[in-house]
Amino acid sequence: MTTLECNPPMDAQRMLADLDLDHFRPSRSTANARRRKDRLMRALFTAAFAVALIPLASVLWTTLTHGIGRLDLGFLTHNMTGVIGGNPTAAGGYGGVLHAIVGTLEITFGAMAISIPIGVMCAVHLIEYARDNALAKTIRLLVDVMSGIPSIVAGLFALSLFSMIFGPGTFNGLEGSVALALLMIPTVCKSSEEMLKVVPDALREASLALGVTKQRTITKVVLRTALPGIVSGSILAIARVIGETAPLLMTAGYVVTTNVNLFSGQMTTLPVYVYQEYSKLSANCPANAGDMCVPTIPMERAWSAALVLIVIVLILNLIGRIVARICAVHTER
Amino acid sequence: MGQQIDVNHLNVYYGGFLAVEDVNLHIAANQVTAFIGPSGCGKSTVLRSLDRMHEITPGAHVTGEVLLEGRDLYAKGVDPVAVRRDVGMVFQRPNPFPTMSIRQNVLAGVRLNNKKIAKSDADDLVEWALRGANLWNEVKDRLDHPGIGLSGGQQQRLCIARAVAVHPSVLLMDEPCSALDPISTLAVEDLINELKRDYTIVIVTHNMQQAARVADYTAFFNLKAVGQPGHLEYFADTSTMFNDPQNEEAERYISGRFG
Repeated sequence: MTTLECNPPMDAQRMLADLDLDHFRPSRSTANARRRKDRLMRALFTAAFAVALIPLASVLWTTLTHGIGRLDLGFLTHNMTGVIGGNPTAAGGYGGVLHAIVGTLEITFGAMAISIPIGVMCAVHLIEYARDNALAKTIRLLVDVMSGIPSIVAGLFALSLFSMIFGPGTFNGLEGSVALALLMIPTVCKSSEEMLKVVPDALREASLALGVTKQRTITKVVLRTALPGIVSGSILAIARVIGETAPLLMTAGYVVTTNVNLFSGQMTTLPVYVYQEYSKLSANCPANAGDMCVPTIPMERAWSAALVLIVIVLILNLIGRIVARICAVHTER
Repeated sequence: MGQQIDVNHLNVYYGGFLAVEDVNLHIAANQVTAFIGPSGCGKSTVLRSLDRMHEITPGAHVTGEVLLEGRDLYAKGVDPVAVRRDVGMVFQRPNPFPTMSIRQNVLAGVRLNNKKIAKSDADDLVEWALRGANLWNEVKDRLDHPGIGLSGGQQQRLCIARAVAVHPSVLLMDEPCSALDPISTLAVEDLINELKRDYTIVIVTHNMQQAARVADYTAFFNLKAVGQPGHLEYFADTSTMFNDPQNEEAERYISGRFG
Protein backbone atom coordinates (compact mmCIF):
# COMPACT_ATOMS: atom_id res chain seq x y z
CA MET A 1 0.00 0.00 0.00
CA THR A 2 1.36 3.39 -0.97
CA THR A 3 0.97 6.45 1.24
CA LEU A 4 -0.42 9.68 -0.11
CA GLU A 5 2.47 12.01 -0.80
CA CYS A 6 0.76 15.35 -1.08
CA ASN A 7 -1.18 17.15 1.59
CA PRO A 8 -4.07 18.96 -0.10
CA PRO A 9 -4.68 21.85 2.38
CA MET A 10 -1.02 22.90 2.42
CA ASP A 11 -0.86 22.62 -1.31
CA ALA A 12 -3.85 24.87 -1.71
CA GLN A 13 -2.31 27.49 0.58
CA ARG A 14 0.85 27.59 -1.45
CA MET A 15 -1.10 27.95 -4.64
CA LEU A 16 -3.03 30.92 -3.26
CA ALA A 17 0.17 32.68 -2.22
CA ASP A 18 1.69 32.17 -5.65
CA LEU A 19 -1.41 33.26 -7.48
CA ASP A 20 -0.63 36.21 -9.73
CA LEU A 21 -4.01 37.61 -10.65
CA ASP A 22 -2.61 39.84 -13.37
CA HIS A 23 -0.76 37.02 -15.02
CA PHE A 24 -3.36 36.37 -17.70
CA ARG A 25 -4.41 39.99 -18.26
CA PRO A 26 -3.56 41.08 -21.79
CA SER A 27 -1.68 44.31 -22.24
CA ARG A 28 -3.48 47.08 -24.11
CA SER A 29 -1.12 46.91 -27.05
CA THR A 30 -1.47 43.15 -27.63
CA ALA A 31 -5.26 43.43 -27.43
CA ASN A 32 -5.28 46.20 -30.01
CA ALA A 33 -2.85 44.43 -32.29
CA ARG A 34 -4.98 41.31 -32.10
CA ARG A 35 -8.09 43.28 -32.94
CA ARG A 36 -6.39 44.93 -35.94
CA LYS A 37 -5.17 41.59 -37.20
CA ASP A 38 -8.64 40.11 -36.77
CA ARG A 39 -10.18 42.95 -38.79
CA LEU A 40 -7.56 42.64 -41.52
CA MET A 41 -8.04 38.90 -41.86
CA ARG A 42 -11.82 39.22 -41.92
CA ALA A 43 -11.51 41.76 -44.73
CA LEU A 44 -9.16 39.45 -46.61
CA PHE A 45 -11.50 36.47 -46.34
CA THR A 46 -14.50 38.51 -47.39
CA ALA A 47 -12.54 39.84 -50.37
CA ALA A 48 -11.49 36.32 -51.36
CA PHE A 49 -15.09 35.20 -51.13
CA ALA A 50 -16.19 38.10 -53.33
CA VAL A 51 -13.44 37.40 -55.88
CA ALA A 52 -14.56 33.77 -56.02
CA LEU A 53 -18.15 34.85 -56.54
CA ILE A 54 -17.50 37.41 -59.31
CA PRO A 55 -16.90 34.97 -62.18
CA LEU A 56 -19.78 32.78 -61.02
CA ALA A 57 -22.25 35.65 -60.85
CA SER A 58 -20.91 37.03 -64.10
CA VAL A 59 -21.38 33.72 -65.95
CA LEU A 60 -24.90 33.34 -64.62
CA TRP A 61 -25.82 36.90 -65.45
CA THR A 62 -24.34 36.82 -68.96
CA THR A 63 -26.01 33.51 -69.78
CA LEU A 64 -29.30 34.77 -68.43
CA THR A 65 -29.28 38.06 -70.31
CA HIS A 66 -28.04 36.56 -73.58
CA GLY A 67 -30.09 33.41 -73.37
CA ILE A 68 -33.48 34.60 -72.20
CA GLY A 69 -34.25 36.40 -75.50
CA ARG A 70 -34.72 33.29 -77.62
CA LEU A 71 -35.87 31.01 -74.82
CA ASP A 72 -39.55 30.33 -75.42
CA LEU A 73 -41.84 27.37 -75.78
CA GLY A 74 -41.05 27.05 -79.48
CA PHE A 75 -37.33 26.83 -78.71
CA LEU A 76 -37.95 24.01 -76.23
CA THR A 77 -40.32 22.04 -78.47
CA HIS A 78 -38.56 22.16 -81.84
CA ASN A 79 -35.40 20.60 -83.17
CA MET A 80 -33.16 21.95 -85.92
CA THR A 81 -34.85 20.34 -88.93
CA GLY A 82 -35.67 22.76 -91.69
CA VAL A 83 -33.42 25.49 -90.35
CA ILE A 84 -31.73 27.22 -93.27
CA GLY A 85 -29.43 30.12 -92.59
CA GLY A 86 -30.99 32.82 -90.49
CA ASN A 87 -34.47 32.26 -91.89
CA PRO A 88 -37.44 31.24 -89.77
CA THR A 89 -38.57 27.65 -90.26
CA ALA A 90 -41.85 26.54 -91.77
CA ALA A 91 -43.06 25.67 -88.26
CA GLY A 92 -42.35 29.20 -87.14
CA GLY A 93 -39.46 30.19 -84.89
CA TYR A 94 -35.80 29.61 -85.52
CA GLY A 95 -35.31 25.97 -84.55
CA GLY A 96 -34.76 24.70 -81.04
CA VAL A 97 -33.15 22.33 -78.57
CA LEU A 98 -35.76 19.61 -78.12
CA HIS A 99 -33.44 16.98 -79.64
CA ALA A 100 -30.54 18.18 -77.48
CA ILE A 101 -32.60 18.09 -74.27
CA VAL A 102 -33.73 14.55 -75.09
CA GLY A 103 -30.17 13.58 -75.91
CA THR A 104 -28.68 15.13 -72.77
CA LEU A 105 -31.24 13.54 -70.47
CA GLU A 106 -31.05 10.09 -72.06
CA ILE A 107 -27.28 9.97 -72.28
CA THR A 108 -26.91 11.28 -68.73
CA PHE A 109 -29.41 8.77 -67.33
CA GLY A 110 -27.61 6.06 -69.28
CA ALA A 111 -24.34 7.15 -67.69
CA MET A 112 -26.00 7.13 -64.25
CA ALA A 113 -27.38 3.65 -64.80
CA ILE A 114 -23.90 2.39 -65.63
CA SER A 115 -21.75 4.32 -63.20
CA ILE A 116 -23.77 4.51 -59.97
CA PRO A 117 -24.14 0.73 -59.45
CA ILE A 118 -20.49 0.14 -60.35
CA GLY A 119 -19.23 3.05 -58.26
CA VAL A 120 -21.33 2.21 -55.19
CA MET A 121 -20.51 -1.50 -55.38
CA CYS A 122 -16.84 -0.66 -55.72
CA ALA A 123 -17.10 1.50 -52.59
CA VAL A 124 -18.92 -1.30 -50.73
CA HIS A 125 -16.17 -3.68 -51.69
CA LEU A 126 -13.48 -1.27 -50.49
CA ILE A 127 -15.11 -0.48 -47.14
CA GLU A 128 -17.00 -3.64 -46.20
CA TYR A 129 -14.78 -6.36 -47.64
CA ALA A 130 -11.30 -5.33 -48.73
CA ARG A 131 -10.67 -2.73 -46.00
CA ASP A 132 -6.94 -2.09 -46.29
CA ASN A 133 -5.52 -5.09 -48.09
CA ALA A 134 -3.27 -4.88 -51.13
CA LEU A 135 -6.18 -5.18 -53.57
CA ALA A 136 -7.97 -2.27 -51.89
CA LYS A 137 -4.86 -0.12 -52.09
CA THR A 138 -4.53 -0.91 -55.79
CA ILE A 139 -8.18 -0.12 -56.44
CA ARG A 140 -7.91 3.17 -54.54
CA LEU A 141 -4.84 4.12 -56.57
CA LEU A 142 -6.61 3.26 -59.83
CA VAL A 143 -9.69 5.23 -58.83
CA ASP A 144 -7.49 8.23 -58.08
CA VAL A 145 -5.75 7.86 -61.42
CA MET A 146 -9.05 7.41 -63.21
CA SER A 147 -10.51 10.57 -61.71
CA GLY A 148 -7.71 12.45 -63.42
CA ILE A 149 -8.13 11.14 -66.95
CA PRO A 150 -8.99 13.85 -69.49
CA SER A 151 -12.54 13.56 -70.78
CA ILE A 152 -11.33 13.28 -74.37
CA VAL A 153 -9.52 10.08 -73.41
CA ALA A 154 -12.76 8.67 -72.03
CA GLY A 155 -14.37 9.57 -75.35
CA LEU A 156 -11.60 7.81 -77.26
CA PHE A 157 -12.00 4.75 -75.05
CA ALA A 158 -15.75 4.49 -75.68
CA LEU A 159 -15.24 5.14 -79.38
CA SER A 160 -12.64 2.41 -79.75
CA LEU A 161 -14.64 0.01 -77.55
CA PHE A 162 -17.74 0.39 -79.73
CA SER A 163 -15.67 0.33 -82.93
CA MET A 164 -14.16 -2.97 -81.82
CA ILE A 165 -17.52 -4.53 -81.01
CA PHE A 166 -19.84 -3.02 -83.59
CA GLY A 167 -17.43 -2.00 -86.31
CA PRO A 168 -15.86 1.35 -87.12
CA GLY A 169 -17.97 4.42 -87.41
CA THR A 170 -20.48 3.44 -84.74
CA PHE A 171 -22.15 6.45 -83.15
CA ASN A 172 -24.95 6.18 -80.67
CA GLY A 173 -26.18 7.57 -77.37
CA LEU A 174 -25.09 4.58 -75.33
CA GLU A 175 -21.54 5.08 -76.53
CA GLY A 176 -21.75 8.58 -75.09
CA SER A 177 -23.17 7.17 -71.85
CA VAL A 178 -20.21 4.79 -71.58
CA ALA A 179 -17.77 7.67 -72.07
CA LEU A 180 -19.52 9.74 -69.40
CA ALA A 181 -19.84 6.76 -67.05
CA LEU A 182 -16.08 6.33 -67.25
CA LEU A 183 -15.72 9.88 -65.98
CA MET A 184 -18.39 9.43 -63.29
CA ILE A 185 -17.28 6.12 -61.76
CA PRO A 186 -14.25 7.50 -59.86
CA THR A 187 -16.26 10.41 -58.44
CA VAL A 188 -19.18 8.18 -57.42
CA CYS A 189 -16.83 5.57 -55.95
CA LYS A 190 -14.76 8.10 -54.04
CA SER A 191 -17.72 9.98 -52.57
CA SER A 192 -19.61 6.77 -51.72
CA GLU A 193 -16.51 5.40 -50.05
CA GLU A 194 -16.28 8.51 -47.87
CA MET A 195 -19.95 8.19 -47.00
CA LEU A 196 -19.68 4.48 -46.10
CA LYS A 197 -16.60 5.25 -44.04
CA VAL A 198 -18.54 7.61 -41.75
CA VAL A 199 -21.28 5.05 -41.04
CA PRO A 200 -20.39 4.12 -37.45
CA ASP A 201 -19.18 0.56 -36.90
CA ALA A 202 -21.60 0.49 -33.96
CA LEU A 203 -24.49 0.27 -36.44
CA ARG A 204 -22.91 -2.65 -38.30
CA GLU A 205 -22.34 -4.42 -34.99
CA ALA A 206 -25.86 -3.66 -33.80
CA SER A 207 -27.27 -5.21 -36.93
CA LEU A 208 -24.98 -8.25 -36.92
CA ALA A 209 -25.67 -8.82 -33.21
CA LEU A 210 -29.37 -9.09 -34.02
CA GLY A 211 -28.60 -12.09 -36.19
CA VAL A 212 -28.84 -10.16 -39.44
CA THR A 213 -26.69 -11.43 -42.29
CA LYS A 214 -23.81 -9.37 -43.62
CA GLN A 215 -25.56 -8.85 -46.93
CA ARG A 216 -28.70 -7.40 -45.31
CA THR A 217 -26.59 -5.39 -42.89
CA ILE A 218 -24.86 -3.76 -45.85
CA THR A 219 -27.96 -3.16 -47.96
CA LYS A 220 -30.42 -2.21 -45.24
CA VAL A 221 -28.31 -0.54 -42.58
CA VAL A 222 -25.03 0.67 -44.05
CA LEU A 223 -26.21 1.77 -47.50
CA ARG A 224 -29.48 3.08 -46.09
CA THR A 225 -27.64 5.22 -43.55
CA ALA A 226 -25.21 6.48 -46.18
CA LEU A 227 -27.93 7.04 -48.81
CA PRO A 228 -28.26 10.84 -48.56
CA GLY A 229 -24.51 11.23 -48.97
CA ILE A 230 -24.38 8.78 -51.86
CA VAL A 231 -27.19 10.69 -53.59
CA SER A 232 -25.44 14.04 -53.25
CA GLY A 233 -22.14 12.51 -54.39
CA SER A 234 -23.84 11.08 -57.47
CA ILE A 235 -25.51 14.41 -58.27
CA LEU A 236 -22.10 16.09 -58.10
CA ALA A 237 -20.71 13.48 -60.47
CA ILE A 238 -23.59 14.10 -62.88
CA ALA A 239 -23.12 17.84 -62.70
CA ARG A 240 -19.51 17.28 -63.64
CA VAL A 241 -20.22 15.23 -66.78
CA ILE A 242 -23.46 16.76 -68.03
CA GLY A 243 -21.51 19.65 -69.52
CA GLU A 244 -18.98 17.44 -71.34
CA THR A 245 -18.67 18.22 -75.03
CA ALA A 246 -15.61 16.62 -76.58
CA PRO A 247 -16.23 12.95 -75.64
CA LEU A 248 -19.85 13.22 -76.77
CA LEU A 249 -18.94 14.78 -80.08
CA MET A 250 -16.73 11.74 -80.68
CA THR A 251 -19.20 9.12 -79.52
CA ALA A 252 -22.77 10.30 -79.76
CA GLY A 253 -22.23 12.51 -82.77
CA TYR A 254 -24.46 15.35 -83.86
CA VAL A 255 -27.80 15.42 -85.65
CA VAL A 256 -30.46 18.04 -86.22
CA THR A 257 -33.38 15.67 -85.74
CA THR A 258 -34.80 14.25 -82.53
CA ASN A 259 -33.54 10.75 -81.83
CA VAL A 260 -35.11 9.12 -78.78
CA ASN A 261 -33.37 5.76 -79.23
CA LEU A 262 -30.34 5.65 -76.96
CA PHE A 263 -29.07 2.49 -78.61
CA SER A 264 -29.06 3.46 -82.24
CA GLY A 265 -28.29 6.52 -84.28
CA GLN A 266 -26.53 9.74 -83.46
CA MET A 267 -27.75 11.97 -80.66
CA THR A 268 -27.17 15.61 -79.91
CA THR A 269 -26.60 16.87 -76.38
CA LEU A 270 -26.87 20.44 -75.17
CA PRO A 271 -23.14 21.16 -74.84
CA VAL A 272 -22.51 19.76 -78.34
CA TYR A 273 -25.42 21.83 -79.61
CA VAL A 274 -23.94 24.95 -78.02
CA TYR A 275 -20.59 24.16 -79.58
CA GLN A 276 -22.08 23.55 -83.03
CA GLU A 277 -24.13 26.74 -82.98
CA TYR A 278 -21.16 28.73 -81.72
CA SER A 279 -18.95 27.42 -84.54
CA LYS A 280 -21.40 28.74 -87.14
CA LEU A 281 -20.61 32.24 -85.84
CA SER A 282 -23.33 33.81 -87.94
CA ALA A 283 -26.14 32.74 -90.25
CA ASN A 284 -26.40 33.45 -93.91
CA CYS A 285 -28.99 36.06 -94.87
CA PRO A 286 -29.37 36.77 -98.60
CA ALA A 287 -29.99 40.41 -99.52
CA ASN A 288 -33.64 39.72 -100.38
CA ALA A 289 -34.40 37.77 -97.20
CA GLY A 290 -36.15 40.60 -95.42
CA ASP A 291 -36.48 41.42 -91.71
CA MET A 292 -37.34 37.89 -90.62
CA CYS A 293 -33.82 36.65 -91.35
CA VAL A 294 -31.61 37.02 -88.25
CA PRO A 295 -27.88 36.71 -88.98
CA THR A 296 -26.93 36.50 -85.27
CA ILE A 297 -29.33 33.62 -84.57
CA PRO A 298 -26.68 30.87 -84.02
CA MET A 299 -25.05 32.73 -81.14
CA GLU A 300 -28.45 33.51 -79.66
CA ARG A 301 -29.40 29.83 -79.88
CA ALA A 302 -26.09 28.87 -78.26
CA TRP A 303 -26.73 31.17 -75.27
CA SER A 304 -30.28 29.94 -74.86
CA ALA A 305 -29.15 26.32 -75.00
CA ALA A 306 -26.51 27.09 -72.38
CA LEU A 307 -29.20 28.58 -70.18
CA VAL A 308 -31.35 25.46 -70.66
CA LEU A 309 -28.38 23.32 -69.63
CA ILE A 310 -27.85 25.35 -66.46
CA VAL A 311 -31.54 25.03 -65.60
CA ILE A 312 -31.40 21.24 -66.12
CA VAL A 313 -28.39 20.96 -63.81
CA LEU A 314 -30.27 23.09 -61.29
CA ILE A 315 -33.34 20.83 -61.50
CA LEU A 316 -31.22 17.67 -61.09
CA ASN A 317 -29.60 19.30 -58.07
CA LEU A 318 -32.97 20.11 -56.58
CA ILE A 319 -34.20 16.55 -57.14
CA GLY A 320 -31.06 15.25 -55.46
CA ARG A 321 -31.58 17.55 -52.49
CA ILE A 322 -35.20 16.52 -52.14
CA VAL A 323 -34.27 12.83 -52.27
CA ALA A 324 -31.52 13.43 -49.72
CA ARG A 325 -33.96 15.33 -47.51
CA ILE A 326 -36.59 12.58 -47.68
CA CYS A 327 -34.18 9.83 -46.69
CA ALA A 328 -32.20 12.04 -44.34
CA VAL A 329 -30.78 10.46 -41.21
CA HIS A 330 -32.34 12.06 -38.17
CA THR A 331 -29.74 13.30 -35.78
CA GLU A 332 -31.68 15.79 -33.68
CA ARG A 333 -32.11 14.88 -30.05
CA MET B 1 -36.09 -19.17 -20.74
CA GLY B 2 -32.44 -18.55 -20.25
CA GLN B 3 -29.84 -21.10 -21.15
CA GLN B 4 -26.54 -21.93 -19.52
CA ILE B 5 -23.15 -21.44 -21.14
CA ASP B 6 -20.05 -23.50 -20.51
CA VAL B 7 -16.74 -22.14 -21.67
CA ASN B 8 -13.98 -24.75 -21.98
CA HIS B 9 -10.33 -23.93 -22.62
CA LEU B 10 -11.19 -20.84 -24.62
CA ASN B 11 -8.25 -19.03 -26.23
CA VAL B 12 -9.08 -15.86 -28.11
CA TYR B 13 -6.76 -14.48 -30.76
CA TYR B 14 -6.47 -11.27 -32.74
CA GLY B 15 -4.47 -12.48 -35.72
CA GLY B 16 -1.36 -14.01 -34.20
CA PHE B 17 -1.80 -12.27 -30.87
CA LEU B 18 -3.24 -14.37 -28.05
CA ALA B 19 -5.55 -11.90 -26.27
CA VAL B 20 -7.14 -14.17 -23.69
CA GLU B 21 -5.77 -17.47 -22.50
CA ASP B 22 -7.51 -20.64 -21.36
CA VAL B 23 -10.83 -19.43 -19.98
CA ASN B 24 -12.96 -22.02 -18.22
CA LEU B 25 -16.26 -20.74 -16.98
CA HIS B 26 -19.77 -21.87 -16.19
CA ILE B 27 -22.46 -19.25 -16.73
CA ALA B 28 -25.65 -20.33 -14.98
CA ALA B 29 -29.03 -20.04 -16.64
CA ASN B 30 -31.30 -17.19 -15.53
CA GLN B 31 -28.57 -15.64 -13.44
CA VAL B 32 -26.55 -12.47 -13.90
CA THR B 33 -22.84 -13.05 -14.33
CA ALA B 34 -20.58 -10.02 -14.22
CA PHE B 35 -17.12 -9.77 -15.80
CA ILE B 36 -14.81 -7.35 -14.01
CA GLY B 37 -11.14 -6.59 -14.30
CA PRO B 38 -8.65 -3.94 -15.40
CA SER B 39 -8.69 -2.44 -18.90
CA GLY B 40 -7.18 -4.65 -21.55
CA CYS B 41 -7.66 -7.88 -19.62
CA GLY B 42 -10.03 -9.27 -22.23
CA LYS B 43 -13.45 -9.12 -20.54
CA SER B 44 -15.12 -7.64 -23.61
CA THR B 45 -13.19 -9.97 -25.87
CA VAL B 46 -14.47 -13.03 -24.00
CA LEU B 47 -17.98 -11.57 -24.00
CA ARG B 48 -17.84 -11.02 -27.75
CA SER B 49 -16.67 -14.56 -28.30
CA LEU B 50 -19.87 -15.82 -26.62
CA ASP B 51 -22.02 -14.72 -29.56
CA ARG B 52 -19.33 -14.99 -32.24
CA MET B 53 -19.18 -11.21 -32.66
CA HIS B 54 -15.47 -11.45 -31.98
CA GLU B 55 -14.75 -12.93 -35.40
CA ILE B 56 -16.07 -9.82 -37.17
CA THR B 57 -12.69 -8.25 -36.53
CA PRO B 58 -10.44 -9.35 -39.41
CA GLY B 59 -8.00 -12.05 -38.31
CA ALA B 60 -9.79 -12.71 -35.03
CA HIS B 61 -10.44 -16.33 -34.10
CA VAL B 62 -10.78 -18.62 -31.11
CA THR B 63 -9.88 -22.12 -30.03
CA GLY B 64 -11.73 -24.11 -27.42
CA GLU B 65 -15.42 -24.60 -26.79
CA VAL B 66 -18.36 -22.40 -25.96
CA LEU B 67 -21.29 -24.67 -25.12
CA LEU B 68 -24.78 -23.19 -25.08
CA GLU B 69 -26.90 -25.85 -23.37
CA GLY B 70 -24.30 -28.37 -24.49
CA ARG B 71 -24.16 -27.33 -28.15
CA ASP B 72 -20.75 -26.01 -29.21
CA LEU B 73 -21.18 -22.59 -30.83
CA TYR B 74 -17.86 -23.02 -32.59
CA ALA B 75 -18.55 -26.48 -33.96
CA LYS B 76 -18.32 -27.05 -37.69
CA GLY B 77 -21.51 -26.18 -39.50
CA VAL B 78 -22.75 -23.73 -36.89
CA ASP B 79 -24.03 -20.55 -38.51
CA PRO B 80 -22.76 -17.49 -36.59
CA VAL B 81 -25.82 -15.58 -37.77
CA ALA B 82 -28.08 -18.13 -36.06
CA VAL B 83 -25.93 -18.00 -32.91
CA ARG B 84 -26.44 -14.25 -32.69
CA ARG B 85 -30.21 -14.70 -32.79
CA ASP B 86 -29.96 -16.96 -29.73
CA VAL B 87 -27.43 -14.80 -27.93
CA GLY B 88 -28.32 -11.12 -28.02
CA MET B 89 -25.97 -8.26 -27.35
CA VAL B 90 -26.21 -4.75 -25.94
CA PHE B 91 -23.28 -2.42 -26.50
CA GLN B 92 -21.42 0.17 -24.50
CA ARG B 93 -22.80 3.15 -26.38
CA PRO B 94 -26.50 3.12 -27.27
CA ASN B 95 -26.66 2.46 -31.01
CA PRO B 96 -30.23 2.70 -32.28
CA PHE B 97 -30.49 2.80 -36.07
CA PRO B 98 -30.61 6.48 -36.97
CA THR B 99 -32.77 5.88 -40.05
CA MET B 100 -35.50 4.15 -38.07
CA SER B 101 -38.30 5.18 -35.73
CA ILE B 102 -38.63 3.76 -32.23
CA ARG B 103 -41.05 1.13 -33.53
CA GLN B 104 -38.85 0.22 -36.49
CA ASN B 105 -35.85 -0.08 -34.19
CA VAL B 106 -37.65 -2.62 -32.02
CA LEU B 107 -38.70 -4.56 -35.11
CA ALA B 108 -35.27 -4.27 -36.73
CA GLY B 109 -34.24 -7.83 -35.95
CA VAL B 110 -37.38 -9.13 -37.64
CA ARG B 111 -37.60 -6.69 -40.51
CA LEU B 112 -33.92 -6.71 -41.45
CA ASN B 113 -34.16 -10.47 -41.79
CA ASN B 114 -36.99 -10.03 -44.31
CA LYS B 115 -39.36 -11.97 -42.10
CA LYS B 116 -43.01 -11.30 -42.79
CA ILE B 117 -44.91 -10.24 -39.71
CA ALA B 118 -48.56 -9.24 -39.53
CA LYS B 119 -49.18 -5.72 -38.35
CA SER B 120 -51.07 -6.81 -35.24
CA ASP B 121 -48.28 -9.26 -34.33
CA ALA B 122 -45.76 -6.48 -34.92
CA ASP B 123 -47.74 -4.15 -32.63
CA ASP B 124 -47.84 -6.83 -29.96
CA LEU B 125 -44.12 -7.51 -30.30
CA VAL B 126 -43.26 -3.81 -30.07
CA GLU B 127 -45.37 -3.36 -26.95
CA TRP B 128 -44.08 -6.56 -25.35
CA ALA B 129 -40.42 -5.71 -26.03
CA LEU B 130 -40.76 -2.09 -24.92
CA ARG B 131 -42.62 -3.12 -21.77
CA GLY B 132 -39.89 -5.68 -21.16
CA ALA B 133 -37.34 -2.89 -21.42
CA ASN B 134 -39.35 -0.59 -19.11
CA LEU B 135 -39.69 1.92 -21.90
CA TRP B 136 -43.28 1.48 -23.06
CA ASN B 137 -44.86 4.14 -20.84
CA GLU B 138 -42.30 6.72 -21.88
CA VAL B 139 -42.56 6.22 -25.64
CA LYS B 140 -45.99 4.70 -26.36
CA ASP B 141 -47.29 8.00 -27.76
CA ARG B 142 -44.37 8.60 -30.09
CA LEU B 143 -43.47 5.23 -31.54
CA ASP B 144 -43.03 6.82 -34.96
CA HIS B 145 -40.48 9.35 -33.75
CA PRO B 146 -36.83 8.67 -34.55
CA GLY B 147 -35.17 6.39 -32.02
CA ILE B 148 -32.15 8.66 -31.98
CA GLY B 149 -34.31 11.43 -30.48
CA LEU B 150 -34.55 9.68 -27.10
CA SER B 151 -32.25 10.42 -24.17
CA GLY B 152 -29.14 8.28 -23.72
CA GLY B 153 -30.72 6.06 -21.09
CA GLN B 154 -33.89 5.64 -23.13
CA GLN B 155 -31.80 4.82 -26.20
CA GLN B 156 -29.99 2.11 -24.25
CA ARG B 157 -33.29 0.63 -23.08
CA LEU B 158 -34.50 0.83 -26.69
CA CYS B 159 -31.43 -1.18 -27.68
CA ILE B 160 -32.29 -3.72 -24.99
CA ALA B 161 -35.86 -3.90 -26.33
CA ARG B 162 -34.44 -4.39 -29.82
CA ALA B 163 -32.22 -7.22 -28.60
CA VAL B 164 -35.08 -8.83 -26.64
CA ALA B 165 -37.46 -8.66 -29.61
CA VAL B 166 -35.64 -11.44 -31.45
CA HIS B 167 -36.27 -13.75 -28.44
CA PRO B 168 -32.72 -14.67 -27.47
CA SER B 169 -32.03 -16.96 -24.53
CA VAL B 170 -28.90 -15.12 -23.44
CA LEU B 171 -28.27 -11.36 -23.27
CA LEU B 172 -24.68 -10.10 -23.35
CA MET B 173 -24.13 -6.54 -22.15
CA ASP B 174 -20.85 -4.79 -22.78
CA GLU B 175 -20.62 -1.99 -20.21
CA PRO B 176 -24.23 -1.03 -20.90
CA CYS B 177 -24.26 1.85 -18.40
CA SER B 178 -20.87 3.44 -18.90
CA ALA B 179 -22.28 6.11 -21.22
CA LEU B 180 -25.29 6.80 -19.02
CA ASP B 181 -26.01 9.13 -16.10
CA PRO B 182 -26.76 7.64 -12.63
CA ILE B 183 -30.55 7.83 -13.03
CA SER B 184 -30.51 6.05 -16.38
CA THR B 185 -28.01 3.58 -14.93
CA LEU B 186 -30.44 2.79 -12.12
CA ALA B 187 -33.23 2.24 -14.66
CA VAL B 188 -31.08 -0.18 -16.65
CA GLU B 189 -29.92 -2.01 -13.49
CA ASP B 190 -33.52 -2.46 -12.34
CA LEU B 191 -34.28 -3.77 -15.80
CA ILE B 192 -31.43 -6.28 -15.60
CA ASN B 193 -32.90 -7.61 -12.35
CA GLU B 194 -36.23 -8.17 -14.08
CA LEU B 195 -34.76 -9.56 -17.28
CA LYS B 196 -32.95 -12.40 -15.55
CA ARG B 197 -36.26 -14.16 -15.04
CA ASP B 198 -36.36 -14.77 -18.79
CA TYR B 199 -32.76 -14.55 -19.90
CA THR B 200 -29.30 -15.52 -18.87
CA ILE B 201 -27.38 -12.28 -18.55
CA VAL B 202 -23.66 -11.65 -18.83
CA ILE B 203 -22.54 -8.12 -18.13
CA VAL B 204 -19.12 -6.53 -18.47
CA THR B 205 -18.64 -3.60 -16.14
CA HIS B 206 -15.90 -1.35 -14.85
CA ASN B 207 -18.11 -0.33 -11.99
CA MET B 208 -17.67 -2.73 -9.10
CA GLN B 209 -20.63 -1.35 -7.19
CA GLN B 210 -22.69 -2.18 -10.22
CA ALA B 211 -21.34 -5.73 -10.32
CA ALA B 212 -22.12 -6.06 -6.60
CA ARG B 213 -25.63 -4.70 -7.13
CA VAL B 214 -26.77 -6.68 -10.14
CA ALA B 215 -24.67 -9.84 -10.42
CA ASP B 216 -25.21 -13.27 -8.91
CA TYR B 217 -21.78 -14.45 -10.00
CA THR B 218 -18.68 -12.44 -10.74
CA ALA B 219 -15.70 -13.36 -12.86
CA PHE B 220 -12.49 -11.42 -12.30
CA PHE B 221 -10.19 -11.21 -15.33
CA ASN B 222 -6.62 -10.09 -15.03
CA LEU B 223 -3.45 -9.84 -17.07
CA LYS B 224 0.09 -10.36 -15.93
CA ALA B 225 1.48 -7.42 -17.86
CA VAL B 226 0.61 -5.22 -20.81
CA GLY B 227 1.12 -7.22 -23.99
CA GLN B 228 0.56 -10.49 -22.14
CA PRO B 229 -2.66 -12.43 -22.66
CA GLY B 230 -5.47 -11.87 -20.19
CA HIS B 231 -6.90 -14.75 -18.20
CA LEU B 232 -9.73 -15.57 -15.85
CA GLU B 233 -8.18 -15.06 -12.45
CA TYR B 234 -11.02 -15.83 -10.09
CA PHE B 235 -14.67 -16.78 -10.34
CA ALA B 236 -17.07 -16.78 -7.41
CA ASP B 237 -20.59 -15.91 -6.42
CA THR B 238 -20.86 -12.18 -5.97
CA SER B 239 -21.07 -12.03 -2.18
CA THR B 240 -17.93 -14.14 -1.86
CA MET B 241 -16.17 -12.05 -4.49
CA PHE B 242 -16.85 -8.78 -2.71
CA ASN B 243 -16.86 -9.85 0.91
CA ASP B 244 -14.43 -12.70 1.25
CA PRO B 245 -12.49 -13.28 -1.97
CA GLN B 246 -10.23 -16.32 -1.82
CA ASN B 247 -7.81 -14.76 -4.29
CA GLU B 248 -5.18 -12.18 -3.52
CA GLU B 249 -5.28 -10.37 -6.88
CA ALA B 250 -9.06 -10.14 -6.80
CA GLU B 251 -8.97 -8.85 -3.25
CA ARG B 252 -6.43 -6.18 -4.21
CA TYR B 253 -8.46 -5.16 -7.25
CA ILE B 254 -11.75 -4.95 -5.40
CA SER B 255 -10.32 -2.96 -2.53
CA GLY B 256 -8.76 -0.51 -4.97
CA ARG B 257 -5.16 -1.37 -4.11
CA PHE B 258 -4.26 -2.54 -7.54
CA GLY B 259 -0.99 -2.33 -9.41
